[in-house]
Amino acid sequence: MENNPSEASQTSTDRPELMKADNPTSAIEIKNLSSWYGDFQALDSISLNVRKNKVTAFIGPSGCGKSTLLRWVNRMNDTIHTARATGSLHLGDLDLLATTTDVVDLRRKVGIVFQKPNPFPKSIFDNVAFGPRLHMKLRRSELLDLVEWSLRKAAVWDEVKDRLNSPALGLSGGQQQRLCIARTIAVGPEVLLMDEPCSALDPGSTLAIEELMNELRHQYTIVIVTHNMQQASRCSDATAFFFEGKLIEMNDTQRLFTNPKSEQTEDYISGRFG
Amino acid sequence: MSDSRPEDNEHAIDASRKNESTPSHDDHANGKTGPVGDPKFVTTRVRIKTDLRFRRMCILTASASVLILVFLLGSILVAGIPALNWTLLTGYPEPEPENAGMWPALMGTLWVCSMCALITLPLGVGSAVLIEEFTPRNRIARKAFSLLQLNITNLAGVPSVVYGILGLTAFVSMFTIFDDGEDIGGPSMEIGAVYYDQFSNLASDSFLNTDNTGARERYFLIPVDSRDAPQTVPETGMLAYENQPSGLTRVEVLAIDPFATDPPTESDQFSRTIDSTSTPGRISEKRWYYLRLPFGRGVVAGALTLMLVILPVIIISTQEALRAVPATLRAGALGLGATPWQVVWNVTLPSAVPGIMTGAILAMSRAIGETAPILIIAGIVYIRSAPQHLMDDYTVMPLQIYNWTSRPQQEFHSIAAGGIVILLAILLTFNAVAVLIRHRMQNKLQ
Repeated sequence: MENNPSEASQTSTDRPELMKADNPTSAIEIKNLSSWYGDFQALDSISLNVRKNKVTAFIGPSGCGKSTLLRWVNRMNDTIHTARATGSLHLGDLDLLATTTDVVDLRRKVGIVFQKPNPFPKSIFDNVAFGPRLHMKLRRSELLDLVEWSLRKAAVWDEVKDRLNSPALGLSGGQQQRLCIARTIAVGPEVLLMDEPCSALDPGSTLAIEELMNELRHQYTIVIVTHNMQQASRCSDATAFFFEGKLIEMNDTQRLFTNPKSEQTEDYISGRFG
Repeated sequence: MSDSRPEDNEHAIDASRKNESTPSHDDHANGKTGPVGDPKFVTTRVRIKTDLRFRRMCILTASASVLILVFLLGSILVAGIPALNWTLLTGYPEPEPENAGMWPALMGTLWVCSMCALITLPLGVGSAVLIEEFTPRNRIARKAFSLLQLNITNLAGVPSVVYGILGLTAFVSMFTIFDDGEDIGGPSMEIGAVYYDQFSNLASDSFLNTDNTGARERYFLIPVDSRDAPQTVPETGMLAYENQPSGLTRVEVLAIDPFATDPPTESDQFSRTIDSTSTPGRISEKRWYYLRLPFGRGVVAGALTLMLVILPVIIISTQEALRAVPATLRAGALGLGATPWQVVWNVTLPSAVPGIMTGAILAMSRAIGETAPILIIAGIVYIRSAPQHLMDDYTVMPLQIYNWTSRPQQEFHSIAAGGIVILLAILLTFNAVAVLIRHRMQNKLQ
């Protein structure tokens, strides 16, 4: 694959940064982002930066807005007609909230993996080839290479290489989810959004996905929404804690889990509520 | 559980009272239950009894409908099967019942219904996709869409005869906008028709042919520019065509006035001679792509009218099928950067195809059996040939059956029953094929 995702264009900006990170390159910069579904305010003045080629975890109780925030990053909220947002949300130089933004191209750059594995009712090969076919004209051999590359990256190649033409719905849940990850990285994104990718999986599959994230972090900026605090502490570099639409605290994962500044964060990570 | 306790107790008392009056009614339960006073136990027993009663009622109602169907099918088969023969399928509607067949009606049904399917499926699926997949964000547009939805739902319930009248106005006569005032209902615009003036030779006239028995009857065609062209005046030396098995052949004709001049005596010459005072008959030859405006009582008008009848059914069933496609699939495709059209074409529609097929089968079955609108659109015309082009006159099987049943002779009633059996057989074959396709597609997806 020619299009190396790790060479995503990043330009330093002079926007004020909430977090002085050791790696100054931010992939996603969010400033004063508020969001509503109809009259319901889902996000309240969120400002944070997601660092490039790191895993950032969003944690918080259900309904705290972490999925909403994720869905703004690749504009999946466009499908909800009552959803609107104010503030600023940038991917590099790209203003993600502008109406002029090409959402189709944006979603190619920002891939998303959903909570429930959602392979298309097609063959395994066609699932992975679906995205590339949308965006580029490829010869069959190129497509085969790309599919193999994606499946290898998603650590599912060895399990499916002998049955690329059998239906994807015949795979196990964990395999399906890794297939969905392969499908997402096949289009060459810069950012991978994962909306509770392991909540429907058994522990073994969860472990496989976590190891996969560990591999992928070198090339992709990963944002993961999770309810599982062990998971957040195991596999993320930075963690943001949300509560009732507000960002309560964001820090390096190590520090946030060992030495939370906010009492709410401490209560949540110690399991006292949520 | 605790909320429904008082009610349960009532039942229990009820049941125990019943038990006292008819102790032997339910031996099995009584024998093993012990004291009647145990409220919990009696409750369970009552519930099981109610369940059983309800189940029996369901079986009864279900078997009633099945029985009615079996009775209907049985009586039709008993009456129809003896009338079934090859003539009924391939023959033409003759006045004698033993020679009568429904080939023109069968072909008419095939023409009209396949035309109807070709028009309706893209329109119906397209409308459903618009309503379900391209719902606008704009508030006013959304209102318009819900109004559209309301309309479609209501249209599904309109009696089909109403569509027949609408079809008569909209498709057969096209609101009379194409009429020129002279030829009401006639075509004012046509493509693919060739007009001829037809003359017969003197030998065709038995009065003039008395002396020249050796001459054979011949008919000559003179091409004319249009339907309304002035009549051809026969002239000697005029080139005419003769319709022969090998095609149209050119013939030079003689024109004489047989009452002023002596007709030729040579039989070959006599057979090429036409009466110079005769008036030709105007006939036309229509190509397969013949098109006229207004459509007239042809296949297209019938197909469009049936489209009105089944379009709401197809739209609604397609909507249901699209709604049944999990939203996660759409989200997955959108998340990969698919445009809304790519989502619909690559993900939503393929997943909805089995459902769409089901709706289409139901709708087409309805179209095949529909009589009332066709009765208005086509009229009870005596049709002796299968349709040759899209504007040709036609009749359909239900209409032919109706025609036969309305005749006084008993024999026609029995071939009508035979016709019903053929119609049912076609319907069932059609459904079976469609169900088969649906199953295959469903298996391929999973």
